[in-house]
Amino acid sequence: MTDITPDNVNAGQTNSTAEAVRRSLSRRNRKQVILQGLGIAAIVFALSMLLILVGTLVSTGFQAFTQTHVEIEVFVDPQEIKSENLPRGGFNNVLATSMGQYFPDVDLSDRAASREITSILSNGAQFKLRDMVVADPDLIGQTIKLKVPTSDPYDQLNKGLIKRDTAEQNRRVDDAAIEKFDRLDELGLVSKPLNTALITNADSRFPELAGLKGALIGSFWALLTCFVISFPLGIGAAIYLEEFAPKNRISDFIEININNLAAVPSVVFGLLALAVFIGWFGLPRSAPLVGGMTLALMTLPTIIIATRAALKAVPPSIREAALGVGASKHQVVFQHVLPLAMPGILTGTIIGLAQALGETAPLLLIGMNAFITSAPTSPFDSATALPTQIFIWADSPERGFVSRTSAAILVLLGFLITMNAIAIYLRQRLHKQW
Amino acid sequence: MKDNLEGRKLVNQMDVKIETRDVQVFYGDTHAIKDVSVDILDKTVTSFIGPSGCGKSTFLRCINRMNDTIPSARVEGTLLLDGEDIYHSGIDPVQLRAKVGMVFQKPNPFPKSIYDNVAYGPRIHGLASTKADLDVIVENSLRRAALWDEAKDRLLEPGTGLSGGQQQRLCIARAVATEPEVLLMDEPCSALDPIATAQVEELIDELKQNFSVVIVTHSMQQAARVSQKTAFFHLGYLVEYGDTDTIFTNPVDPRTESYITGRIG
Repeated sequence: MTDITPDNVNAGQTNSTAEAVRRSLSRRNRKQVILQGLGIAAIVFALSMLLILVGTLVSTGFQAFTQTHVEIEVFVDPQEIKSENLPRGGFNNVLATSMGQYFPDVDLSDRAASREITSILSNGAQFKLRDMVVADPDLIGQTIKLKVPTSDPYDQLNKGLIKRDTAEQNRRVDDAAIEKFDRLDELGLVSKPLNTALITNADSRFPELAGLKGALIGSFWALLTCFVISFPLGIGAAIYLEEFAPKNRISDFIEININNLAAVPSVVFGLLALAVFIGWFGLPRSAPLVGGMTLALMTLPTIIIATRAALKAVPPSIREAALGVGASKHQVVFQHVLPLAMPGILTGTIIGLAQALGETAPLLLIGMNAFITSAPTSPFDSATALPTQIFIWADSPERGFVSRTSAAILVLLGFLITMNAIAIYLRQRLHKQW
Repeated sequence: MKDNLEGRKLVNQMDVKIETRDVQVFYGDTHAIKDVSVDILDKTVTSFIGPSGCGKSTFLRCINRMNDTIPSARVEGTLLLDGEDIYHSGIDPVQLRAKVGMVFQKPNPFPKSIYDNVAYGPRIHGLASTKADLDVIVENSLRRAALWDEAKDRLLEPGTGLSGGQQQRLCIARAVATEPEVLLMDEPCSALDPIATAQVEELIDELKQNFSVVIVTHSMQQAARVSQKTAFFHLGYLVEYGDTDTIFTNPVDPRTESYITGRIG
């Protein structure tokens, strides 16, 4: 019957503990809710920024994926174009004549009026006609159908980027020009097909002819050079540092410097490359080879750090197992540790290369922002790269380059996403094998 | 010291596989093993027992020079295998480890097929000249490890897909495939369930016909079951070494008695 037992004392204690826990619990829960809320807010903010970025790019860039073309009948006049003179000839006059058939009211002997109607066509039209005739001289004397891009103002007009309700003096295309273009449109000669020139042409002063071929090939050569240099060097350095180098002051010093190197602004690598590769070694300017070497300098620390992390992550039990059966250090590394570390190494490498693909500053310094109208055929030819091409286009005054800049950024982003997807795929696939 | 002398007297009649004199191990400034002198016999199971951190694993890892892989570790004293100094500058650890196999605490098969796991050692040491020879070695090793019946139909499946006990027996098969003379086992059953433990213990008993087996264990019952000789380590010292029966029933040193009766450790 006596209640004064240790049990009771304990019960009292338990009650007060429960009470204290209950009181602090609501506070702890509140903190958790706040933390979660902040986290979600941060993610929502980041995602919305990404959406805005991609949204603006797509909304301006999609226009560049189509291009206004006109299809005209051209009589390849033997008076103007003679097979013995090719590739010279009065191609421009031929085009003016053929445009004249759609505008009977225009007096072709009036040079200004004649130029006005031919200016609907891209400046590249005469070269396209020339190339066709050079390829097949039998066309001389025949009437052929020629589908060519319109020049940029008419492309803008057709896409609605030049508003017809703007006052005439503020518009790049005057009323007379709009009327002429509409006449062609009524004849059903105007179309807006996919802009394949964006991929198949190199750079041009004329937006309707400008494409990314030179930049894509330039980037390809540069990345290939970068990979060939930085992958074996980076993995070799990482294996030596991680597995073989004695742990002393010198290796510590090297390690610190590699980490610092990864943080060096890329423009500094550009200056270094300019001084060493171009200045001392006399390598050609604007060449993807030099670009790739510069990018390799930047990618090297990334690959070394990723490889070392991947090597460190291999469980020590595997090393012990291999050593235990009498494998030499070199066999342990190359037969056991390296294969297990490969997914991590490849992921790091591809991310490093993706970084290199988007790098602009060092390429500007070695001249890969030159205006080059033909695609490079080797890594020694002058070329641009994707990011520098974007830089050039963003700097160009013509309206047509606005949407093309966005389109080029989308292409670059597409490549980056593809490379990251490959990295993820490789990591997953190699992981399953083991 | 007295028990050591007794041990040596007994040893003279049988053949000693490993002889150690005044072995010291340092990890940096830590003196982990102090003056350990012990004679390990051939075709015998010797167990090292003692509380955690007493140095029994460290001493085991001296025998195949696994401590070489720890940069701060330093070994002094004499360790002789068949009368040859293990730490002599002319001895390559790789060569030594082919002679002194090791099984680790956690089953650690390579992430390769069962066949490749067992064949790895013979391959790198060039023990088999043809594929048929290698097949024979793999089969014999798996048989010795009592894993053949379970594994013969799945030799090309990954070794990591086996159960814990099977993995440990695979590791034993891998260790015996290079025909070692000594087999070191560092708590081989600590990650296994009682049934797998029983299988491995049975296996150890069979292995002693061909090898000198040294096993580190935390389980005194296990030491009593599988070993003929027992060494008790405490704080880096070899406290007592002798016949397992004697150590467990009639220990000389009071520290051994306290450990065996559960008062320390």
